Amino acid sequence: MAEYDVCVIGGGLLGSAFGWGLVREGQRCVVLDEGDGAIRTARGNFGLVWLQSKGRGMPEYARWTLEATRIWGGFADELKDITGIDLHYAKGGYNIGADEAELAQMVANLNQIQSEMGDDAYDYEVLDQARLKREMPLVGDVAGATYTAHDGHCNPLLLLRAMQQAFQAKGGAYRPNSGVRSVEILPGGGFRILGQNGAELARAAKVVLSAGHGSARLAKDLGIDLPIHPEQGQVLVTEKVAPVMPHPAMSVRQTDNGSFLLGASKKEVDLDTRTDLETLATIAASCIRLFPFLGRLRLQRAWGALRVMTPDGHPVYQQSESHPGLFSFACHSGVTLAACHALHVSKWVIDGTIPDTYSAFHPRRFHV
Amino acid sequence: MFKRLVDIGTPVTFDFEGRPLTAQAGDSLASALLANGVLDFRQAPEDGTVRGPHCMIGNCFECLVEVEGLGTRQACRERVRDGLKVRRHSGRPVPGEQP
Repeated sequence: MAEYDVCVIGGGLLGSAFGWGLVREGQRCVVLDEGDGAIRTARGNFGLVWLQSKGRGMPEYARWTLEATRIWGGFADELKDITGIDLHYAKGGYNIGADEAELAQMVANLNQIQSEMGDDAYDYEVLDQARLKREMPLVGDVAGATYTAHDGHCNPLLLLRAMQQAFQAKGGAYRPNSGVRSVEILPGGGFRILGQNGAELARAAKVVLSAGHGSARLAKDLGIDLPIHPEQGQVLVTEKVAPVMPHPAMSVRQTDNGSFLLGASKKEVDLDTRTDLETLATIAASCIRLFPFLGRLRLQRAWGALRVMTPDGHPVYQQSESHPGLFSFACHSGVTLAACHALHVSKWVIDGTIPDTYSAFHPRRFHV
Repeated sequence: MFKRLVDIGTPVTFDFEGRPLTAQAGDSLASALLANGVLDFRQAPEDGTVRGPHCMIGNCFECLVEVEGLGTRQACRERVRDGLKVRRHSGRPVPGEQP
């Protein structure tokens, strides 16, 4: 008899959401996390809960993200009830078009997503410069913006902490410094998870592999097709100022403690989190173009973090066919999809099956 | 609250909120202020609470002050100098723009 119903490998935004969702349903669950030397994708996050621009070419992903934004508020409220942690979640988000061509392209993308989804739930507004200036007085000389009430932002570090605390409050076992070397399939069913020194860490009836970049090697050893690669994003942080921007503008957002985060770079690298001056200068210049006042703020720091990227940028959700009970999940939208991961995906694991509605997320889509 | 244990340099005079204070060359601005009994370095812009140094090693950003000619600085990473003019960091709105 296994000591746990489910062993979740990885304690980041995905693993913590699954762990929380599983204990919430009464499962006996252990989350195995690496030490502080791990690639902490969850700690470099920008903090958007974001719908706009996601899911072009894959309506299932747009619908899934829309569902996440629908249930995010209740998800955050429940975490606050249990842990006392306010995630500072607020709805409403802008994507600013610096010039007419950029704005037209953004609108065309949203139109395409809307028509691929085939319903009108994906509502958005297009704001011209005059209206945008009324709603966002600090904006510079730009063409306009698209806005949805579904988009929003939160404090991603508090999200991670709240999920880990709620998980433990409901009896979940969180084990740091527990990097996994291998997963053994037991002859009678179930799994045995071994640590870096070869010692047994846990036995469980099911395993969820959600260790971000750490999943790649484990998946390969288990014969699971998990096509992920790191995509680096760099973020700049300004000094704290009085709250002047309640809603994020995708690449620019003011946090609950007053700092501005400037971001949105994408670079294909290996496992390299170093910043470089050229990328930081490009980010600063494009954000200052949208909001000139940013040029007068001092920078406090900058960092690089590694998104978990799939070939098409959409999530991968799968259960092993040869070893039922072995799930692997990966995506870059760890904050936005946290609500779906905790409240929906955890139930797939409990039921032992991923509903047909979500079969589009299987990586077999990369082999057609 | 804080007492200097060892003399480390020659006396310097600087200005905090219009008040002349003395310190010693080699002091960080944060320790110079603490040695003068100043604990409230800034007002947090997000909620107006009074803040002061926490880590003294450049991580926490709680010791922010306004240094004339330099703008916002971490007091623990700035050396005190003769004639330095320093003010509390306040929860001012974004400079120059009326939100």
